Amino acid sequence: MGDRVLSEAAHNSGGGGTVEYIQHHLTNLCVGDCDPVTHQASGFWALHLDTIFFGYLIAALIVFVGWRVGSSLNPDKPSGFQNFVEMILDFVSTQVKDTFPGHNPLIAPLALTIFLWVFLMNFMDLIPVDLLPMLASGLGIPYLKVVPTTDLNTTLAMSLTVFALVVFYSLKVKGPVGYLKMFLFHPFGKFFIPVNIVMTTIEELAKPLSLALRLFGNLFAGELVFLLIALIGGTLTVGAAALFWFPLQVVLDLGWLIFHLLVITLQAFIFMVLTIVYLGMAHTEEH
Amino acid sequence: MNITATLIAQMIAFVLLIWFVNKVLWGPMSAMLAERQKRIADGLAAAEKGKHDLELAEKRAKEELQTAKAKAAEIMAQAEKRANAIVDEARVNARAEGERQLAAAQAEIERETNRAKEQLRGQVASVAMAGAARILKREIDAKSHGEVLNDVIAQI
Repeated sequence: MGDRVLSEAAHNSGGGGTVEYIQHHLTNLCVGDCDPVTHQASGFWALHLDTIFFGYLIAALIVFVGWRVGSSLNPDKPSGFQNFVEMILDFVSTQVKDTFPGHNPLIAPLALTIFLWVFLMNFMDLIPVDLLPMLASGLGIPYLKVVPTTDLNTTLAMSLTVFALVVFYSLKVKGPVGYLKMFLFHPFGKFFIPVNIVMTTIEELAKPLSLALRLFGNLFAGELVFLLIALIGGTLTVGAAALFWFPLQVVLDLGWLIFHLLVITLQAFIFMVLTIVYLGMAHTEEH
Repeated sequence: MNITATLIAQMIAFVLLIWFVNKVLWGPMSAMLAERQKRIADGLAAAEKGKHDLELAEKRAKEELQTAKAKAAEIMAQAEKRANAIVDEARVNARAEGERQLAAAQAEIERETNRAKEQLRGQVASVAMAGAARILKREIDAKSHGEVLNDVIAQI
C-alpha cells in the first residue's frame, strides 16, 4: 500500500517524503476559495468535492437499497436481505424505545439514517488507504480524501442539524418561556442566574460540538494510523528488509482493520444514541 | 481543516437522506412490521380462542354424554318396568283365561252330566217300566199309570 505514491514522494524530496505522503492523504479535493499552494480551503466559500461526492454517493446507495427493500417487502416470508434490514431496524427501534421518552415519529428514522450513513461513511476507512487516491490520480484528480467523516464539515453538518432539531423541539415542548427558564435557573437555582446562563449555554453548545468532534477525531486518528501502517512497508521496501517489513505491515494492517471495524460501528452507534438522548432531553418538560 | 460550504452541502444531504430513509425504508417497513405483529397477535388470539372453544366443546360433549347415559338408563328402567308390567298383565290374563276356560269346562261337564242324568233317568224309567211290565206280565198303560211313573222318575 502506498508504495508508488510514497516512493515518488521520497524521490522528490528525500526525508520529507513521509510528511508529504501523509499531508497528501489528508488534503481534500478543494474547489472555490482554496489556497493554490497548500490546496487547503482559505475561506468559507470552498467545497470539498471528495467529501461531498462520497457523502452523496453513500446517501444515494442507502436510498437505492432502502427503496429496493422497502418496495418488495414480504411480511410472511422475508428474504435474507430483508431480514438483515429488519434486524437493523429493530435494533434502532429498540434503542429509541429504551432512551426516548414519549413519541415522535421523526426520531426513529433520524436515528436509523444517522446509523446507516455514519457507519457506511466510516466504512470507507476500511478500503485500503491508497487504492482510491491512486485510481483518482490515474484519472487526473490530484487529491482525494475518501472518508467523508474525516472531514469536520460532514460531522459538524450532522451534529448542527441535530442541534437545530434539539432547539426546535425544546422550544416546541418546553415553550419559549420554559426554554429560557432552563437557561436562567438550570444548574444552580435562581440566585446564580448569570452563572446559570453561561453554564447552560456551554452545556448546550457542547452537545453538537462533542458529537461532531468525537466522530471526526476517532475517524481522523484511525485514518492516520492506517497511513502510518502503510508507511511501514513503504519506507523500507529495499532488498531483504522487505521480507521483514512487508509481513509486519500486513499483520498490523489486518489488526488495525479488525479493531477499526469495531471503532466505526461504535462511533456510528454512539452518534445515534447521543442524538436520541439529546432529543429526548429536549422532549422532557422538567430538566 | 477549515469549515467550508461543504458543511451546507452535507447538511442538505443529511436532511434529504433522513427524508428519503423515512419515506422509502422506515415507513413501509415499520408499517409491515406492525402488520406482521398484528397478524401474529391475531393468530395467537385465534389459537387461544380455538383452545377455549375446544375445551368448551369437550365439556359440552361430556355433559351430553352424561345426559345421554342418564336418559338411556331411564329408558332401560322404564322398559324393564314396562316388561314387568306386560309379563304381569299376561300372567293375569292367562290366569283369568285359564279360570274362564276351567269354568267353561266345568259348566260343560255339569251340563253333560245333567244331560246324561236326564237321559239316564229317562232310560231308567223305561227300563223300570219294562221290568215292571215283565213282572206284571202285562203292559203298563202309561196313561193310567202316568202318575206313578212320574213319581218313580222323580225319585231316581
